[in-house]
Amino acid sequence: MAVLRESYHRDLQSLHDEVLVLGKMVEKAIERSVESLANLDFEMANKVIEADRAINLRRFHIEDQAIRLIATQQPMASDLRQIVAILNIVVDLERIGDYAVGNARITLRHQGSTLLKPLVDLPRMAEAVSSMLQRALDAMVVRDAAAAKAIAREDDVVDALYDQTYRELLTYMMADPTTIDRATWLLWAAHNLERAADRVTNVCERIVYEVTGRMEEVSVSTY
Amino acid sequence: MITVGNDGVRTFEAAGRTDADVAPALRTEGLTAWYGGPNPAIADVNLSVLPNKATAIIGPSGCGKSTALRCLNRMHEVIRGARVAGRVYLEEEDIYAPGVDPVRVRRRIGMVFQKPNPFPMMSIFDNVIAGLRLSGERVKNADEIVWRCLDAVGLWGEVKDKLRSSGSSLSGGQQQRLCIARAIAMEPDVLLMDEPCSALDPIATYRIEELISQLKRRYTIAIVTHNMQQASRVSDYTAFFLAGPDRVGRLVEYGPTEQIFTNPKERRTEDYITGRFG
Repeated sequence: MAVLRESYHRDLQSLHDEVLVLGKMVEKAIERSVESLANLDFEMANKVIEADRAINLRRFHIEDQAIRLIATQQPMASDLRQIVAILNIVVDLERIGDYAVGNARITLRHQGSTLLKPLVDLPRMAEAVSSMLQRALDAMVVRDAAAAKAIAREDDVVDALYDQTYRELLTYMMADPTTIDRATWLLWAAHNLERAADRVTNVCERIVYEVTGRMEEVSVSTY
Repeated sequence: MITVGNDGVRTFEAAGRTDADVAPALRTEGLTAWYGGPNPAIADVNLSVLPNKATAIIGPSGCGKSTALRCLNRMHEVIRGARVAGRVYLEEEDIYAPGVDPVRVRRRIGMVFQKPNPFPMMSIFDNVIAGLRLSGERVKNADEIVWRCLDAVGLWGEVKDKLRSSGSSLSGGQQQRLCIARAIAMEPDVLLMDEPCSALDPIATYRIEELISQLKRRYTIAIVTHNMQQASRVSDYTAFFLAGPDRVGRLVEYGPTEQIFTNPKERRTEDYITGRFG
């Protein structure tokens, strides 16, 4: 039988590809934001903030395209689920981009100051978030709901690192109240990463929905 | 429907609703129909049409959806050489059992066709009660029946001052609603609709669709449509038919409309409704 609606399915595929590009941009933003903080690289921090505009614009572009497809093509079944999933996923991705911006701003707060301590757990958290995001998008490409569920559960690792960071920073604050400002900044950065990981679990839940048609909360964050 | 499992997992299933306990208004068992040739047009169709629900029958051209519909009120057999095997039950009664009068069957299971077909030589008024008169009944309260039926199809306000005008003076959409009024004047249990909007413009189509949602409170409706958006808008249940390489139409999947259009179980249904083949 003939394959119908080729141009529509091409549009759908291109929408899907755009989400992957957005995901890559966000992944890079998270990595660079923590790198800028670890090295107090203010130029890199400014670049992360600047690059967020492109992330926001791409999100709106994807939403526009998705709405256009719904309005003009009336997608059904797995196509409909894919578009609904994409509409949710881009919001989460864009928000992760905002957390990267938050961390870049924390880097800029350090102008005229030094880091409280060399960063150990924050880069680990960033690496975990970035890896989760990358593999979540891979799972989206191959439509692997089981992989998406497994990735969502890795949020526990990030939560544990956040907990560890929190306790460590508290000891600095208790030992020397003059460190409270800088310790709080790092705590904010850790919190941004913890929230970013939660957003990745949302992405995973939407992938599960796209593939199976079931809406499930696969991971509940401790925070 | 949102359910919470023992593991605390919240799940949402679009297809949570079932009417499994409701006895169908119409039910087929192994329904097979021929058009004179050796090969059937449809084979082994087991389909339920639930009471006071709209059931859509969808599928590509030549899949046998109209044939199946026409078997439901014994309209198929009026075609020369056509024959039917299997069973069709209207509630408990097998309408193909020996001794069952097809005219009485069609009275209980009315039909609305693709092209509006009011009797051109009759007035609007006479069109409404034409079925009753043709079935040999003496119509006593004609005024009341005409008002009730035209009102039910939303036509009364538009035609009340020209009831004696010809039915064919109406617009296409009005003519189709007149035909529905004529069908419901017979007080049927079931209304079969064979692509009732395919000859209508979008506004007239929406009026018929709205009418279907109102009529199903009182009647059971089965509608054949080639328009999948229409099926998704008007129906509670959807049956998907497909003809295989042998060109015999079969029922591939039947289920709640929201499930068929968001998460069909059968790959062939998915491929059809997403336009991946045709």
